[in-house]
Amino acid sequence: MHELSIACNLVEIVEEAARAAGAVRVTRVRLRLGDLAGVMEDALRFSFPVAAQGTLAEGAELAIERVPVRVFCTQCNADRTLTPPFVYRCPECGASRLQLLQGRELQVESIEIEENHNETAHP
Amino acid sequence: MKPRILELRKAVLDKNDEIARTLRARFEAAGVFVVNLVSSPGAGKTALLEETMRRMVERHWRVAAIVGDLATENDARRLARSGAPVRQIETGGLCHLEAELVARRLEGWALEELDFLFIENVGNLVCPSDYDLGEALRVVLFSTTEGEDKPNKYPPMFYSADVVVLTKMDLAAATDFDYAGAVANVRTVAPHAVLLETSARTGEGLDRWIEFLVARHWEAATATSAAPAR
Ligand SMILES: [Zn+2]
Repeated sequence: MHELSIACNLVEIVEEAARAAGAVRVTRVRLRLGDLAGVMEDALRFSFPVAAQGTLAEGAELAIERVPVRVFCTQCNADRTLTPPFVYRCPECGASRLQLLQGRELQVESIEIEENHNETAHP
Repeated sequence: MKPRILELRKAVLDKNDEIARTLRARFEAAGVFVVNLVSSPGAGKTALLEETMRRMVERHWRVAAIVGDLATENDARRLARSGAPVRQIETGGLCHLEAELVARRLEGWALEELDFLFIENVGNLVCPSDYDLGEALRVVLFSTTEGEDKPNKYPPMFYSADVVVLTKMDLAAATDFDYAGAVANVRTVAPHAVLLETSARTGEGLDRWIEFLVARHWEAATATSAAPAR
């Protein structure tokens, strides 16, 4: 299951950024996940807390935004959305001269952190 | 306490992609053509590779292989019978190869002395799709014994392929393989991919496959010498 190693990569990025910002804890991780990314959302949700154990991201919420597969059809001269099983063909005209616009994303958008000085300011 | 939001906008596999980019530049500079082979377990990757390397060695191509194995050393041993140098990566349960593992295993290898380097990925059609290894060509194998709907079950893997090789063509008749259906499925999921057919047992399609690799190697070599900076 490669979602665990993806989760580890994710936690590594998150922790590095959080540490650099002086965070004591990460409360939320926002991730964009394309439908063609080759990552199973359920498996990733399962793996994330495992990977986050003992890091600043332990206990953080993983918010996943799915990114549908969008293509530009050169025949129709228009953007189209592909649905599973993502047959590489324009759903309107059937042409396969398409440009992939989105759908392979696997990207950390942002994280929410708690900072040290905030804690001391509100004892 | 109000949490602070940090915008990152960073690809999760950024680190792998960066190592892969470095590897690709290294491979191009050394003039070695790198092929990443991916398939389900049992699709005949090792058999195809063994026969491919044996024939290429006979024709004086300088070939080598890196094999990602889950547990046994058998694949690496089988490939070594071709006479080509073979190195093994023990993945320790990992379901795919990563660029860093490949980079580490390349240490001490004179890449300039190679024409082709084959990377036999771990048998899996899901996980390797996200991991760029710096290869020039990504080849997805599927065998006639696996059924013609394989591409539809694994769209991201097939979509990322440059080449799809149908293996075990000698078993197509015996297994009632729907050849036309399989070709149609590859065409719809990966219309950009070159489709080749082979049988490592009878030798069918192997010369065509090797000619194809050689042609792509030449293409890459001439493109690199024409435009060294990318
Ligand atoms: Zn169209």
